[in-house]
Amino acid sequence: MTAETLETPSATVPAGTPPHPLREFWSYFSANRGAVAGLIVIVLVLLAAVFADVLAPHSPYLTNDKVFLKPPFWQEGGSISYPLGTDAIGRDILSRLLYGARLSLVIGIVVVAIAMAIGIVLGLVAGFFKGITEIAIMRLMDIVLTMPSLLLAIVIVAILGPGLMNAMLAVAIVVLPHYVRITRAAVIAETSKDYVIAAKVSGAGTLRLMFSEVLPNCAAPLIVQATLGVSTAILDAAALGFLGLGAQPPTPEWGTMLADAREFVLRAWWVVTLPGLAILITVLAFNLLGDGLRDALDPKLKR
Amino acid sequence: MLRFILTRVSLVIPTFLGITLLAFFLIRLVPGDPIETMAGERGIDATRHEILRKELGLDRPLLVQYGVYIERVLHGDLGKSIVTRESVISEFGALFPATIELALCAILLALIIGLPAGIIAAVKRNSIFDHGVMGISLTGYSMPIFWWGLLLILLFSVQLGITPVSGRIAVQYYIEPVTGFLTVDSLLAGDFDAFKSALSHLVLPAIVLGTVPLAVIARMTRSAMLEVLGEDYIRTARAKGMAPLRVVALHALRNALIPVITVIGLQVGALFTGAILTETIFSWPGVGKWLIEAISRRDYPILQGGTLLIGVVVMSVNLLVDLLYGLINPRIRHAR
Amino acid sequence: MSVRILAAAAALGLSALLQPGAAGAQTLVVCSEASPDFLNPQFSSQNTAYDVAAQIYDRLVATERGGSQIIPSLAESWTISEDGLTYIFKLRHGVKWHTNKSFTPTRDFNADDVVFSVMRMFDENHPYYKVGGTNYQFFGEIVKPSLKAIEKVDDYTVKVTLTRPYAPLLSALSVEPMSILSAEYADAMTKANTQDLVNQAPIGTGPFSLLAYQKDATVRFRAVPDHWTKAVGNKDRMALVNDLIFVITPDASVRYAKVKSGECQIARYPNPGDLPAMRTDPNLTLLSGSIADQSFLAFNQQKKPFDDKRVREALVYATNIPAIIDAVYQGTGKQAAAIVPPSLWSHNDTLKPRPYDPAKAKALLTEAGFPNGFKTVLWAIPVVRAYMPNGRRAAELIQADWAKVGVEAQIQSYEWGEYLKRGRAGDHEVGMFGYTWDYPDPSQILLSGWHCDGVKSGANRARWCNKEFSALLTKANTITDQAERTKMFMRMQEIFQEDVGGLLFANAQAFTPVRKEVKDYKIHFFGGQPFVGVSLVK
Repeated sequence: MTAETLETPSATVPAGTPPHPLREFWSYFSANRGAVAGLIVIVLVLLAAVFADVLAPHSPYLTNDKVFLKPPFWQEGGSISYPLGTDAIGRDILSRLLYGARLSLVIGIVVVAIAMAIGIVLGLVAGFFKGITEIAIMRLMDIVLTMPSLLLAIVIVAILGPGLMNAMLAVAIVVLPHYVRITRAAVIAETSKDYVIAAKVSGAGTLRLMFSEVLPNCAAPLIVQATLGVSTAILDAAALGFLGLGAQPPTPEWGTMLADAREFVLRAWWVVTLPGLAILITVLAFNLLGDGLRDALDPKLKR
Repeated sequence: MLRFILTRVSLVIPTFLGITLLAFFLIRLVPGDPIETMAGERGIDATRHEILRKELGLDRPLLVQYGVYIERVLHGDLGKSIVTRESVISEFGALFPATIELALCAILLALIIGLPAGIIAAVKRNSIFDHGVMGISLTGYSMPIFWWGLLLILLFSVQLGITPVSGRIAVQYYIEPVTGFLTVDSLLAGDFDAFKSALSHLVLPAIVLGTVPLAVIARMTRSAMLEVLGEDYIRTARAKGMAPLRVVALHALRNALIPVITVIGLQVGALFTGAILTETIFSWPGVGKWLIEAISRRDYPILQGGTLLIGVVVMSVNLLVDLLYGLINPRIRHAR
Repeated sequence: MSVRILAAAAALGLSALLQPGAAGAQTLVVCSEASPDFLNPQFSSQNTAYDVAAQIYDRLVATERGGSQIIPSLAESWTISEDGLTYIFKLRHGVKWHTNKSFTPTRDFNADDVVFSVMRMFDENHPYYKVGGTNYQFFGEIVKPSLKAIEKVDDYTVKVTLTRPYAPLLSALSVEPMSILSAEYADAMTKANTQDLVNQAPIGTGPFSLLAYQKDATVRFRAVPDHWTKAVGNKDRMALVNDLIFVITPDASVRYAKVKSGECQIARYPNPGDLPAMRTDPNLTLLSGSIADQSFLAFNQQKKPFDDKRVREALVYATNIPAIIDAVYQGTGKQAAAIVPPSLWSHNDTLKPRPYDPAKAKALLTEAGFPNGFKTVLWAIPVVRAYMPNGRRAAELIQADWAKVGVEAQIQSYEWGEYLKRGRAGDHEVGMFGYTWDYPDPSQILLSGWHCDGVKSGANRARWCNKEFSALLTKANTITDQAERTKMFMRMQEIFQEDVGGLLFANAQAFTPVRKEVKDYKIHFFGGQPFVGVSLVK
C-alpha cells in the first residue's frame, strides 16, 4: 500500500489580488498537460461507471459454462461477443471491468469522505484545543502511522469481517492520520493570522471560528490531499481485495478479480493483466490530477 | 543537543506503550479461535478445547492477560507461538534478516536511480528528460505492486527465463547463517556461486519493493532541488561564475538532501507494507508473510510480538532520522 | 542472526555435512506448499507436518505407498483377540535410530520406544506429557477415547488393550501422529535438561534423517544408509536418492514455474487451471490419483425449510454440479453420489448422482410449499482445500443456479477458524464443508461427520440424524470382519442418498507434476507423502 508523502502542500493561500481566483486557477491548471490528461481519464472512467448498464455487453455476474477462459477477440479462439475475453467461470471481462470502475470510484470517494470528515474534526480539535487533547490525538495518530498500514488494515478487516464496506472503513482508518496532520498544521498556521485574532476579539465562538473562519482557509491542501487520497484508497482497497479481504465475489472489484485470476497467470494472461491495468490507469489519473491541483493551488511553484 | 535527544526519546515511550495496547486489544477483538483453526475440519471436543484454552492462558480476563503480557515484555519475553510453540523472538530472528536484506536492497536501488534522476530532472527542468522522469515516477507511484510483481515474474522468469521465480537462493547452496543476509553470508563463506544465486533471487523482489520509494525519492529530490536552486545563495554562486556542476554538487545537493532523508525515513513504514505484498508474491521467507499467516491462524503471540517488534524498528528509524535531521539542521533543535 | 536455525544446526551437527558438492549424488527437490507447523507430528493435524514426519519416522504399521492396504512396518506382525479388545504387536529387530550432534543411540529400537511414544501423549503424569504443550490432536480425538493401556510384554512385544472394540485402530496407527519416537533420546535429553529438543530436533527410525529446517524456506533430509528396509530388500520402501529437499513455495503458480524451469523435480498441489499446460509440457509428467475425500453442502436440518427432504432434494436437482466440476475442479473431479469415495474399500458404485433438472427442482419446491422459492445464506469455504479448490467460485455458480428456481442465496464467508467454529455451532443455513480421510477406514469421516452423536457436538455440520444410518455405523465399528463391515457401509451410502443427507460435489483428483527424470513417484493420499521408492534417472 502506498500511503503518504507525495510532497505535502503548504498551508499558505494565494496572496495578492488576481482577476478571478477560479479563472486564475484554471489557467495554471490547464497549462499542465498531465493534469488535463488525468482529468480526461477520470471523466472517461466516470462515464464508464455511470453508463456501465448501457456499455457492458453482458451482465457482470452472468456465468456461461461454455466459454470458460476465452481470450480477447484479437487472439485466436476469441470472439467479438466477449471483446476482452472471459474469466474462469465464463463471465465477460469487459463488463466486469466497466462495473468495477463504478466500485473503484465509490471506494475512492467513500474512503476519502470518511477519512476527511473524521480527520478534519480531529485535526481542528487538536489544532484549537492545545494541551492534553492535542497530545492524545496526535500520539494516537503517530501510533497508527507506526504500524505498517496494510497490516493494520488487515487486522481491522479481520475484526469487522471481509467485505467491501469493511475494507473501505479499514482503509479510511489507516489513511486518517494524514488528514488529521494536514488539518492541524493548517489550523496552527492560520490561527496565528490577523483575521482569526480579529474574529476572536469580536467574540466569535470557537465552533464558528473553527468551521466558518479557519476551515475554508485550509481547503487548498485538503483538496489536494483528497484527490491524491482517492488514488491511495483505490490502491489499498485493491490490495485488500487481492489478499482476499476486500470486496467478496462475485463483486467485480478489480483487486478481487486479480486475486481470483492469479491461478491462471501462466495460462490466461488477460484475466491477470487487464484488471491490474485498469487499477494502474485510474490511480495514475488521480495522481496526475492531484499533482496538477497542487501546482495550481500552491503559489510557491508558480514562479 | 542532549536535551533535544532526551525529549525526542522520551516521546517514544508513550508511543511504545500505545503500540502494545493497540496490538494487544485490537487483535483480541478479531473474532476467531486459534484452537479451532489448529484443529481444522475434524474439530476438537469441548473438554480438550477448554484444557487448551487454560494452557494458553486464554481463559483469563483480558486485563489480566494484558498485565501478564506487559510484564513478560519488560523481561524481554514475547511469548511463544500458539501454533508452533516456538518463541516469537526466535521466529522473528530467523525471518527478519530476509526482510531487511530485501528492504535494504530496495532502498538502495531506489536511491541509486532515484537521486540522480531527480537531480538531473531538476537541473534540466521542463526538458524531455524531466517530463520523462516525472511521468515514469508517477506511474511507479501509482503501481499496484502486487500486480507489478506478477507481471515481472511472467516476463523475466517465465518468458525469458533470466531470473529465478522465487525463494532466496538456489537449493543446492546451504549457507550457514551468520548475519542472516544470504548475500553477505555467502561471501563470508567464500562461495561466489552462492552469492550470485542469492543476488539473482533478490533482483525482482527488490525492483518490486523499490518501485514506490524510487518514485517518491525521485520526485522529492527534484522538488527539493528546484527549491534550493531558486535560493539567493545559489543565484549568487552562479552569478559569481561558479561552474554549474559545482553549484549543484556543492551547494544545492547538500541542502536538498535534508528533506530527502526525511522522506526515506518516512518510507520505512511503507516499506513494511510493501514487504507484506512482495513477500507473498515471491515466497520470500520474511516477516511480512509470517504476520499475514499469523492473522489467518489467529496466532495472538506472534501478531502481538511481531507488530511490537516492527513498531520498534519503525520508531527507531524515525527517531534516528529525527536526530540526524537535528544534527544537520540546528534550527530544528531549538524549535521544540 | 538466526538463533533457531543455529540451534537446530548445532543439534544436528550439520555444518560439515552441508557443504555444497558434498551432496554429490542424487538430490530430489520437491516444491512443497507450506512450512510444517511441528517437526514432531504428535502435535499436528496438518499434512505439511505429516509430509516431514513420513520421511523421518516410522510407525507400527504403514499404508502401502499409493494404496490403502495396511502393511507391517515397525511391527512385523500382530494378533487381535476375539472380542476385539486386545492387540499384540510383535516388533521388528535390528531397527537403528538416527544420530545427531546431541545424541548417539546405544541400542536398537524396542518396545520401550513404543510405550514411550504413546504414554507421553496418554498419561498426564508422564514427564514428557507437557513438553511442548499437550495438544495431541490426532491421538486425542481418534485413539485416546478407546485406549485403555499399552504395555511392554518383552523387548519385542507390545500389548494394547482397549475399553471398547474399535475396528479402525490398526488403520489409525498408520498415521504420522502415531510415529514412534526414541525413549533413549528422551532420557538423554532429560539428563541434559533440553527436553524441547525431542520435539525440535527429531530422532526417528525413518528412511531419511533431518539435516536442517529453515522456516518458510527449506527442509533438508539425507537418506539413512543402514535403514531396515534395505535389509528387507523392498525397493518400494527404500530411500533411492541421497538427499531430499522440500523447497517451501506457497504459491501454486510459482511451484509450477519452478518445476518447469527445473528448480524442483516435483511440485505438489498444482492449480487446477495449470493442468492442461502441464499435460502438454514435454519436460513434465502429470501424475494423478483420486484422493479419499468428501466435499459437500450441508443443509442445516435444524433450520427451516431444510428439515424438509423435498427442499433438500430440490436444491440438489437445481445445482448444475457438472458445471461446478468444470469451473472449480477444472474438469478433474468425478461427481460423487456416495459418501464413501471410490478410493476407499466399501465404496458403493451402484449409486448414481441426481441429474441437473431445474424443472424437477421447481416442482419439488412447489410441492414443499415454496413455489416462489425463498431466501437463504450460502457459506463459501474461504481457503483452498484439496476437496474444494475454490469455494468462492463454486458458491457463485450455485448462487446463479439457484436463482433460476427462485432461491435467492447470499454468499457469506468467514475467516477459516471462525468458519469452522460457527459451522460447529450450527450458525449456517447452507454451508460448504468437506473432509479428507487420514487413514483407510470408511468410518473415520462418517463417524465424525454424519453420526447422530455428532449433532450435539456440532461435528455433524448438516445436523442430519438418521437413526438407521447411525445404528449401522455404531455397529460397524465394533466388528472386525471386513466383509461384514463392507455390507454395512454399502447400505449406509444408500440411506444417505435416499434421505439427501447433503449435496455431494465431487471426489477430487490429486495431481502432481513431476519432471521426466523422476521415476516411480506415487501419489499417496493417507497421511504424509513418502519419498521412498522414488529415484532420478538422467
